[in-house]
Amino acid sequence: MNLQHYFQQLSTDYTLLIITLGTGILGGLCGFLGSFAVLKKQSLLGDAISHAALPGICLAFLIAGVKDTHWLLLGALVSGIIGTVWIQGIVSRTYLKQDTALGLILSLFFGFGLLLLTFIQKMDNANQAGLDKYLFGQAATLMAQDVQIMLWVSLISLFAVLLFWKEFKILLFDIEYAKTIGLPTKYIDIFLTSLIVLVIVMGLQTVGVVLMSALILAPAAAARQWTNKLWIMVLLATLFGALSGISGTALSASYSQMPTGPVIVLSASVIVLFSFIFSPKRGILMREIRFRKSRRAIKLNKALSLMYRIASKHENVLAPHGKRMLNDFKGYSNVIFKKLEQQGLINYRQNSWSLTEKGFEKAANLYNQLGKDE
Amino acid sequence: MNLEIPIAVAIHDLTVAYNHKPVLWDIDLEIPEGVLMAIVGPNGAGKSTLIKSILGIQKPLAGSVLIFDQPFSKQRKKVAYVPQKGSVDWDFPTTALDVVLMGTYGSLGWFKRPGLNEKKAALEALEQMGMLDFRDRQISELSGGQQQRIFLARALVQQAEIYFMDEPLQGVDATTEKAIIKILKLLSSKGKTVVVVHHDLQTVPEYFDWVTFLNVKKIATGPVKHIFNDDNLTKTYGINYKVSLQTK
Amino acid sequence: MNNAQIEIQLIAALVAVACALPGTFLVLRKMALITDAISHAILPGIVLGFFITHDLNAPLLIVMATLTGVLTVFLVSYTQKTGLVKEDTAIGLIFPALFSIGVIMIALRANDVHLDVDAVLLGEIAFAPFDRLVWLGVDVGPKSMWVVGIVLFISILILKFFFKELKLSTFDPGLSASLGFSPVLLHYGLMTLTSVTTVVSFEAVGAILVVALMIAPAATAYLLTKDLRKMLFLSAFFGILSAIAGYWLAHVLDASIAGSITTILGILFLGVYLFSPKKGWIAVWYQQKQQKLEVSLITFLLHIHNHDLASERHIRHLREHINWHDVTANAVLKLAQRNNFINIENGLVSLTDKGLAFTKQAITYIMDNHTDGIESMKQKFFLFRG
Repeated sequence: MNLQHYFQQLSTDYTLLIITLGTGILGGLCGFLGSFAVLKKQSLLGDAISHAALPGICLAFLIAGVKDTHWLLLGALVSGIIGTVWIQGIVSRTYLKQDTALGLILSLFFGFGLLLLTFIQKMDNANQAGLDKYLFGQAATLMAQDVQIMLWVSLISLFAVLLFWKEFKILLFDIEYAKTIGLPTKYIDIFLTSLIVLVIVMGLQTVGVVLMSALILAPAAAARQWTNKLWIMVLLATLFGALSGISGTALSASYSQMPTGPVIVLSASVIVLFSFIFSPKRGILMREIRFRKSRRAIKLNKALSLMYRIASKHENVLAPHGKRMLNDFKGYSNVIFKKLEQQGLINYRQNSWSLTEKGFEKAANLYNQLGKDE
Repeated sequence: MNLEIPIAVAIHDLTVAYNHKPVLWDIDLEIPEGVLMAIVGPNGAGKSTLIKSILGIQKPLAGSVLIFDQPFSKQRKKVAYVPQKGSVDWDFPTTALDVVLMGTYGSLGWFKRPGLNEKKAALEALEQMGMLDFRDRQISELSGGQQQRIFLARALVQQAEIYFMDEPLQGVDATTEKAIIKILKLLSSKGKTVVVVHHDLQTVPEYFDWVTFLNVKKIATGPVKHIFNDDNLTKTYGINYKVSLQTK
Repeated sequence: MNNAQIEIQLIAALVAVACALPGTFLVLRKMALITDAISHAILPGIVLGFFITHDLNAPLLIVMATLTGVLTVFLVSYTQKTGLVKEDTAIGLIFPALFSIGVIMIALRANDVHLDVDAVLLGEIAFAPFDRLVWLGVDVGPKSMWVVGIVLFISILILKFFFKELKLSTFDPGLSASLGFSPVLLHYGLMTLTSVTTVVSFEAVGAILVVALMIAPAATAYLLTKDLRKMLFLSAFFGILSAIAGYWLAHVLDASIAGSITTILGILFLGVYLFSPKKGWIAVWYQQKQQKLEVSLITFLLHIHNHDLASERHIRHLREHINWHDVTANAVLKLAQRNNFINIENGLVSLTDKGLAFTKQAITYIMDNHTDGIESMKQKFFLFRG
């Protein structure tokens, strides 16, 4: 199958449609709530939580005895929340810092989960096959009921965010001020974190534990580069996330050996890279261009004011002078002469230059300004 | 003390400690309504902690705070806070106007959105602080002094009766300093109570009419002309302070 | 115990120590998560090396993987310097991208490759003894043992030679830089060491256990001591302990060795976290309660001392003016009475001579800001602590 074929198949192949919908919705949801995770400055919490969910999944299976998505997700949720709470506990009660706490919970919980996983695999229970899909995700196994759950969670999140928009905003921006106007910051924080944990748990079966953090972070990080308004950032992040999800499915369905999860993450990463480089306000490329432009403008001004100083010593300020008068000035070059002539500020020939009236005026202004500063 | 002037803030027996380290001990302080008060003291004297304890950001070990004879939690709408710079994420995607609008969140309560009235009030506050032209600027693009003015505008929008500020003049440019002092005096002239943690002893007599000396314990409090003297300065700062009060 | 069992435990112990050493520095430098990043991001390096040599045992793999690890660190630094995102975010973006590239590379060449991503991530130390090193015709032991052993040896050497510099740059980077020890060099040196250690350990124990072995023993040790040398030894000790105990747990449960070792590390950490004498959760909680009560007591006594009016010395006043709940108020009163600091008559509280002396001393300490002196003073006056 190739890409064209994929889009044709969409209308007829039910499974494909479900998977596309699922990854699209999931991607959008991750972008949506990921914006808040990124702004909370707890970017890697997602990574820790997704790893911490594993023992919960295994224990849920051991208790319930069936590989029912609802149970497993519940287990993941509980385990994720316990992990989150413990992380907070470590940070607030000991002098271990947040990175250590995150790393501890991440690896210790996951390792414990591994223990349970291999223990389960020894059990003679055909139902447990596929528990390890949570490690790397298997979008291909998405079913209609999974997508339904995602839809519900999306609606709840959307509703919650719209309702508490300004509360979330002020909590993330200035938590102390928020306290003074009476906001119950602790509860709002818990609520927001719970939503994030919920979304992470939802995403585990599609992209897996390792890659989950990227899906939370990348769309939001990309969106941030394009706007300074929070609501636009959240909107863009949702869009980027959905796009990554869908393109991941499209590409992996079209090329038979591509695993979906990694392709989704790479799509998101490409969007991030593109945003980092090309975004007009913050992008590296534009920054570099602006920097060079201003550096060149400074050089031009310097050359012009040097010429002014030379020219103003003579009665006829518009008289030509030899180029060698500028020999001491290291910055001049033919390029600068050309540019100045382009702007109508000087005339120049092979060996001489002269200021135009316009050039003289401009230089005079510059000179006066510089003089004031000096 | 003149018994006719109502007391805006009444602090009794306030004690705050981190583990066994006391930061504020047994503070009794009454701030009359309408004063423009400076709180001064050496580093670590507990000045920021005092403000934060009053506002409920920090929980005291003992003591009570009354705002116009009521507990603080009932009087939130009457109190505005301008925090120290640097406690905020400057890369947050928000404009100057947005930040000032946040000052209206307290009175809006849950679920309501800022509307035209709130926007108008925010724009007015920005204009008062000379920052109207910057309203759509991303806050990370503003200078330190400009950011400080935004915070002050946010407090103004709350239309409070009492304003608490934590070192608002620390490290700002001359324009900002003038603008801030202008607003402080304006508020005071309207009968508002303004309490400022201030870092620069030299300017206390010029800017403020009341002062409180603090160093873990309250050393002295009262009108500047009565108590801003060498004796209290030495008691607070511990070295021989000689200052001449020159009214400009 | 047969030979294979001994060898597995030996390898596990070696890996544990090898990880504990750079791990200690990473925890102290607040860079714990870089281990997570490196251990996942080196996948494409390994895969590339494998594509070139078609041999999972080639040293080229180690080189490529290490380079990829250092590249990751460099990319994270570079991204953070652009100011577009914070460092955490940079880490969370880069390693999944690299890992994804690795996974896709494997998937695309599925016919050629016997790389099982599971094994890469999870490792299987149980198989280590089967891969032996034959030198000059003699079987000298499992290959992993030698490789890890050599890396460990090099680490110890580096540690010996650069201990001062590493210590200084970790605790006081400013001073270190001003003394001429380039922080960048030390940083990348540490990162390279971490990368190499990750790469060789990971083959034996998998990515997650490497992260656990780097962070957990060091964090646990940190809760017990702040002395760098002690911390290094303790974390190595904890690592070895967990490695061996973990092995036997896996043996009993017939489960993953890596998972078991991690679980033991977790239990160890939990134990110290809760029960460590000075810094443990329980100890801190108790200490805070005690201190809170004692500070409240001093506040109360000062208050009595400052206010002579009978109305302000009444027990009820405590609740109204000082704003204490009954429980706190009662506890304070009780403590004051047991220590003979106060007398209560008709509901009025007054200071005893002892109470007065104590209060006066407390005041001097507070006024002079010698708050550390309060502790010794307490010991002089207190018969019963809070």
